[in-house]
Amino acid sequence: MRRACFKFSWVAAALLVPQLLIIFVFFYWPSAQALYWAFTLEQPWGGGNTWVGLDNFRAILTDPYYWGSVRVSVIYALATTALAMGMALTLAVFVDRQLAGYRSWRVAIIWPYAVAAPAVGLAFQFVFNPGAGIFSYINAVAPGWWDLSRNALQAVVAIIVAGAWKQVAYSFVFFLAALQSIPRSLIEAAAMDGARPLRRMFDLQMPLLTPTFFFLLVINITDSFTDSFGIVDTLTGGGPYRATDLMVYRIYSEGFKGMNYSGAAAQSVILMLLVMALTFVQFRYVERRVHYT
Amino acid sequence: MALLLTAGAASAEKISFEYWYGLTGDLGKVVAETCTRFNASQDLYEAVCVGQDGYEKAVQNAIAAFRAQKHPTLLQSFDAGTADLMLSGEFYPVTKLMADTGVTIDWADYFPGIANYYSSKSGEFFSMPWNSSTPVYYFNKDHFAKAGLTEPPITWEGLEAAMVALKASGQACALAYAPSSWIDLEQFSMVHNVPVASNNNGYDGLDSELLFNTTLHVKHMENIQRWITEGTALLRTQGTGKTARDSFVEGECSVFFSSIADHNTIHKLTPAFGWDVQIIPTYEGSQRTNSVVGGASLWVLSGKTDDEYKAAAAYLAFLATKPEQQFLLENSGYIPVTKSTYDALLAEGFYAKEPFINRDIAMKSLTWTEPTELTRGIRLGSFIQIRAEWLAEVEAALAGQKTMQEALDTAVARGNDQLKRFAQTYQGKSFP
Repeated sequence: MRRACFKFSWVAAALLVPQLLIIFVFFYWPSAQALYWAFTLEQPWGGGNTWVGLDNFRAILTDPYYWGSVRVSVIYALATTALAMGMALTLAVFVDRQLAGYRSWRVAIIWPYAVAAPAVGLAFQFVFNPGAGIFSYINAVAPGWWDLSRNALQAVVAIIVAGAWKQVAYSFVFFLAALQSIPRSLIEAAAMDGARPLRRMFDLQMPLLTPTFFFLLVINITDSFTDSFGIVDTLTGGGPYRATDLMVYRIYSEGFKGMNYSGAAAQSVILMLLVMALTFVQFRYVERRVHYT
Repeated sequence: MALLLTAGAASAEKISFEYWYGLTGDLGKVVAETCTRFNASQDLYEAVCVGQDGYEKAVQNAIAAFRAQKHPTLLQSFDAGTADLMLSGEFYPVTKLMADTGVTIDWADYFPGIANYYSSKSGEFFSMPWNSSTPVYYFNKDHFAKAGLTEPPITWEGLEAAMVALKASGQACALAYAPSSWIDLEQFSMVHNVPVASNNNGYDGLDSELLFNTTLHVKHMENIQRWITEGTALLRTQGTGKTARDSFVEGECSVFFSSIADHNTIHKLTPAFGWDVQIIPTYEGSQRTNSVVGGASLWVLSGKTDDEYKAAAAYLAFLATKPEQQFLLENSGYIPVTKSTYDALLAEGFYAKEPFINRDIAMKSLTWTEPTELTRGIRLGSFIQIRAEWLAEVEAALAGQKTMQEALDTAVARGNDQLKRFAQTYQGKSFP
């Protein structure tokens, strides 16, 4: 394969500088700092630090609760991604079939993407509140059944639903765009051959959607690992008894609340490596099944 | 624009300093009001007061600002967050500040329970006591009368008997319980004179170990668990959909434990029944000792100019005056910090009028005895983390995941790891 090459151009470099500077200031610099702190014990108020080598990592990786946090983070990421993409695809297919009023539905479904995570958490607090929310009707029938403060499984389900709801909109936009870029003539031809909507979807639209599907998979998984903080903070606070203590929330509570900057830095490094590894796996194994044409 | 310029010129004549506080809502407004009053009271200094949306955030933000050398002169910080600040040495002890700036404060006038809590071993005040509280329990007088109870008990045995009587009188929930390390562990250990940690609760060295899985605290937590299982107590937290205070104010539960600072809030919520407060109970057979202060104190941070320190000292001295203490008490549930102010208020009949009646029961609890080696307070690093470990483990026990003893053992083991890491971070240092 021939690689395309461009001549070095000062104009191009000048145009790139602002962006690179922003990435440097907001990503590479803090990441390097975190990497350094991860191998030291940093005093919050300044005043120096002690080099401790791999002690921070050892402490984290031998902590059973940390593995509990990794486990629930993976469950959360997979479940929100599956749920969000499933919902988004279903909705996109309906909108693509131009059912009655689809224009207004299209706008309505995109809206949730503009809602900040803490606001989503707060909204779902009203939904899931065992005493006053919609779910309190369940408790009216079976008293005490729905209780986020004691039932770990329910708490995990609650953050998954809230997290998925927030992600649906983003996936929906991409699915809809992809569906609409499929030439109508293909669909019509299939329809004339007698393929009903479901068959057309599975044999025609889905295979053509795989690049979008793959892109959304990577984005959604990364997002649910790194952007779940607001929902956990407002909905469960990591409880009950650490059941919803996602990795990113743990970093916040240990680092900022508990002032254990080094432990939190080490956890950030682990989280970054995990997300990178997962993305690598996806590109290596899932992308093989994707056809870009 | 012209207006801005004149405003700028006017404030340029005054020496201003910045003050970051953690209190929010109504109490945040009270803090802001003290600044306005201070600025109006004299024309040399100007306090620029900025709310930081909670104690924890105030400390976090101050640390971030400090690292960038953009920190305030004055910081309102809660006790659990100050161990790091004490060891960093990046503060200006208020005793020294007042001496250096020539402001006279009668330090001996502070209640010993408060003074001990905020000062070094040599008796030098680190920070300025201001909004101080201590826990009490609130009870529904009407429910108590219906159950034939005349006196609010001050022993746990008595309170348990009262809860049984309340249930027998048809009251569905006697106690609204929300796990609180501050009340159930820290203050409980203080009034029973039992240790939370070795080294006299951390005062005597950084190599301290937690001990609360071996003290009376275990029996107490097992009792609470039993009351919840038996149905005399109900778990009432944000997570269950209703807080203990809401449950009490609505008349669902007859008793709940909280800071005396809630006294004002509950009064404002105007419950439809008679209510009162009582000191936190002790178990029979133990000698009651003093409880300690909660709330927050004001820290002066290092790295500021002499002028800013002078201004901050003037503000702190202003807050310590009787009229300003009274202003805080009238607008919140907090308690006086100096003996002279308390005596003057008593003499004026301040505590004989609604809504202040019986609010000074907190003083009784705080001054029950002179502080002992174990009731000066708690001086442990990573204490916010230790509280979180305690809470998560107690929640697990209350949800039936493990026994209370196992839960407290785990909390202690994990807390000890935190303490070791803290000691390692500040190797060779000790609490001043």
